[in-house]
Amino acid sequence: MAIEVKLTATLQKLAGGARSVQSEGSNVREVLEDLERRHPGIQDMVMVDGQIHRFVNIYLNDEDIRFLEQLETPLREGDVLSILPALAGGKI
Amino acid sequence: MELREPDGRNRHMPVTVYIPTPFRRFAGNQTYVKADGKTVGEVLESLGGQYPSLRQMIYDASDEIPGHINIYVNSQEIHSLQGKLTPVKDGDEMAVIPAIAGGQVLTPEQVNRYSRHIIMPQVGPAGQRKLMETEVLVVGAGGLGGPAALYLALAGIGTIGIIDFDVVDLSNLQRQVLHQTEDVGKPKTESAKETLRAYNPDVNVVIHNTPITSDNAMEIIPQYDMVVNGADNFTTRYLVNDACYFAGKTLVDGSILLFDGQATVFVPGHGCYRCLFPAPPPPGLVPNCAEAGVLGALTGVMGSIQAIEVIKQVLGIGESLVSRLLLFDALAMDFRIVKLRRDPKCPLCGDNPTIKELIDYEGFCGAPFPGQDHDGPDGSVGA
Repeated sequence: MAIEVKLTATLQKLAGGARSVQSEGSNVREVLEDLERRHPGIQDMVMVDGQIHRFVNIYLNDEDIRFLEQLETPLREGDVLSILPALAGGKI
Repeated sequence: MELREPDGRNRHMPVTVYIPTPFRRFAGNQTYVKADGKTVGEVLESLGGQYPSLRQMIYDASDEIPGHINIYVNSQEIHSLQGKLTPVKDGDEMAVIPAIAGGQVLTPEQVNRYSRHIIMPQVGPAGQRKLMETEVLVVGAGGLGGPAALYLALAGIGTIGIIDFDVVDLSNLQRQVLHQTEDVGKPKTESAKETLRAYNPDVNVVIHNTPITSDNAMEIIPQYDMVVNGADNFTTRYLVNDACYFAGKTLVDGSILLFDGQATVFVPGHGCYRCLFPAPPPPGLVPNCAEAGVLGALTGVMGSIQAIEVIKQVLGIGESLVSRLLLFDALAMDFRIVKLRRDPKCPLCGDNPTIKELIDYEGFCGAPFPGQDHDGPDGSVGA
């Protein structure tokens, strides 16, 4: 099913500058796999060893998926996912 | 709106007068009362007629308004209008604001300086006193710390501490409002102090011209009531987060990159930066502002939001960003809020904490504290 994925800051350039992209999947894991097919490189920014990076949060609508079913969180048509890496605001 | 009376006089519809807390008991415990009149003087006479004990508060022995009371018509002080002869009309709102609150006295200059705040019932003279008694530490005199400190100074926050080790660089001036062209090469703390004192000499500006590190964080942070995080690196962010938790201080957090900003408020026990982001990215994976850039005006938005959250927290008004993360996308001009939860597994503030004192942040983040080692030309602690 069609899911809107909002991308923040550094992730946008992997999607040709788009702040929001369409994707398909019945849970978060499937959407991330679909995103990687459409925008190669994005998965490495979000995941490592099959898990979400600890400096990256994914929100289903306004809820952090860590407090839902994480990568297996089921999605419904019209849901909005947001991928949010930590920002330092400057030098790291 | 005027109605013609049978005797031919104009009958004026009443003006609403705001009665501040200290005077409310003289006006039947009402916040707003109605009074008639064509001028401020007539309205005050009408008010005094209805509430004789209030009249004694707003007129002195020679029937003049004493210097410690300001009268406002629609938020404008009448001295800048026509005094007691200032005309009023139906729908106008007046306010009678005394300089005395909580046993402490605001000077007439302070009443005037802060009048646009004092006139709002959410602030009032008592709220203004609270702001003037508050001590806030701003970490980083840069892109976020600058506008945050600036608006806190303008609001009359009593003490503003600024911690930064860096000197002003020309590339800072695209966004860092505390510093001007002639300040290039000067320590940021000194430049910040001069700017803030020029804006408001009431404010006590304390400067800490040093990097914040594990060695000094627990000496400096407990001296303040609240902390604004304008740090630009993860090492400092995790240190400030942990130190504020241990010191029991509210941390008003903000961060920026490119066209995006994030802001939230961490109150100990209601989630912390580690609950939000359990670990920093490995060095180099998320670019920094110096590498990727940041929109200057975005720092003004986010720093102002941090100042707003401090002021709300001090006054105890509104809904704070505690347990909520504000996301601002300047390109889409989109503000969104997502939930931020205390993580029961958080090593700092969770149910079974493993971090019980400050740790090795440079090891944890894989990056040194800025200012400890070599710094690039834009190596400021403040975003």
